Amino acid sequence: MSTQSTIVHRKSKIKLYWPLIKSSQTGLLLATGIAGYLSAGTRIGLPALLGVSASLFLAISGSTILNMWYDHDIDAKMKRTHKRPAASGQLSRTEVFRVGMIVSALGVGGALAVAPLYGLVVFAGWFFDVIVYTLWLKRRSAWSIVWGGISGAMPILSGRVLATGQVDLVGILLALAILFWIPTHTLTFSLKFRDDYANAGVPTFPSAYGETFTRAAIALSSVLAAVAIGWASALIGISAGYLRLIAVLTAGLLLLAFATFRVQSERVNFGLFKYASLYMLSAMIILAMKAF
Amino acid sequence: MKMTALDRVLLLVTSLLAAYQIVVGIDKLSAAPIIAYTIAFGVLLVAGLLLIILGFDALDAPIVVIVSTIIPLTLSLGLAWQHLASFGTSYLVFAIVGFLAVSITRSIPVPGKLPIIVLILVHGIAGMTIFLLPILLALQGKTQPAFALVGVGGALIGIGGLLLSFLKAGKPILSRETIFKALPGLLLLMTICFVAGFKFG
Repeated sequence: MSTQSTIVHRKSKIKLYWPLIKSSQTGLLLATGIAGYLSAGTRIGLPALLGVSASLFLAISGSTILNMWYDHDIDAKMKRTHKRPAASGQLSRTEVFRVGMIVSALGVGGALAVAPLYGLVVFAGWFFDVIVYTLWLKRRSAWSIVWGGISGAMPILSGRVLATGQVDLVGILLALAILFWIPTHTLTFSLKFRDDYANAGVPTFPSAYGETFTRAAIALSSVLAAVAIGWASALIGISAGYLRLIAVLTAGLLLLAFATFRVQSERVNFGLFKYASLYMLSAMIILAMKAF
Repeated sequence: MKMTALDRVLLLVTSLLAAYQIVVGIDKLSAAPIIAYTIAFGVLLVAGLLLIILGFDALDAPIVVIVSTIIPLTLSLGLAWQHLASFGTSYLVFAIVGFLAVSITRSIPVPGKLPIIVLILVHGIAGMTIFLLPILLALQGKTQPAFALVGVGGALIGIGGLLLSFLKAGKPILSRETIFKALPGLLLLMTICFVAGFKFG
């Protein structure tokens, strides 16, 4: 193979690898990890910040790639996901598995090298995502999202643990905020794509318990996420101005959640889905401001 | 009508300015105006974000008339409480009654022109308070001259409110397309006036 064709081949590989990590989702989870680290308000150590960013990025990406590897068959059945590289056969399952394992090992190994307790929390996130959520429960129970939620809550807890050296109340509250925010996000998603999930045989709240129950669960989880983030913000000691801002953004989230429950329209549902992501990103930026 | 990238940028800047005002712009005031201004700029912030997410079609929802009453009512309440302390409680009663009146006449079928009369009355009093009070205070030298900008913002919010209200009442002053085209710029200009007026006034 000539040098030029090797470069073209590598470029096209990278193009195929990139969608494997679900960059938006990974980016948002990474942001929660960095926010957790900065929320401690300790002096920002550049090596530690780089360490948390790189190891978390790799660990989250690794677990996401392994999720793509295992779910290639159900992804292939869903309109929304059938073009993913593993589902469409553009990358072989073995290759995706290998890449997933290597990236995971680099991420979790890197995290353990940065600090053992931090590494343990990062590993817990990987374990809950890959083993408990993906391999064990996703195809069996609609409640699997709770375990996926626990996994999603680990990055913010790990960031906090790295900064404080312990699992403290603020860390647990921040983790709970993410845990309760995830159903707001994923359940609105499962309402929007309920036919897709039904075709693939993946149990979801809408298929198992109906729309009304699902919307009630969304509203309840939004309230709990708001309580957790508000409580954590107060304990962290962010300024009154930022507390007001969080209160305003939270009010928007709660109003939309209750609107979803009452109005039952796709548009409101979509609005909540988008707003919930924006809300979490904004909350993370506000918490990170503690460091500056 | 489809929202352009420029519309989204204008709305995002509006939301960021509203967020700035909530965080630092009203920090040194007493509790009551802080609550009133937080609600006013909070509604502006969340409305801006929802417009970006859902597009102009979000303005077709019946609740828009009720929600859009909150901004002038709470902004004027904050101004009244901050600068006309003796009228603070009376104005609070007016704000609550006005909001309830608009909510009720928009939620249940009410015969005749009562809903539109209530809307004009509530928006009129709140709008005139936001428009005139800062300008009068600035002219009397009780505040810095720049505080008059809040009044200019009040005039802009009044124009926006009128355009939207008449559109929703089925008697548009300008076409729906023209109003939606102008709305993001109008909202941004209004917010700039409010933020600058509070900062330098």
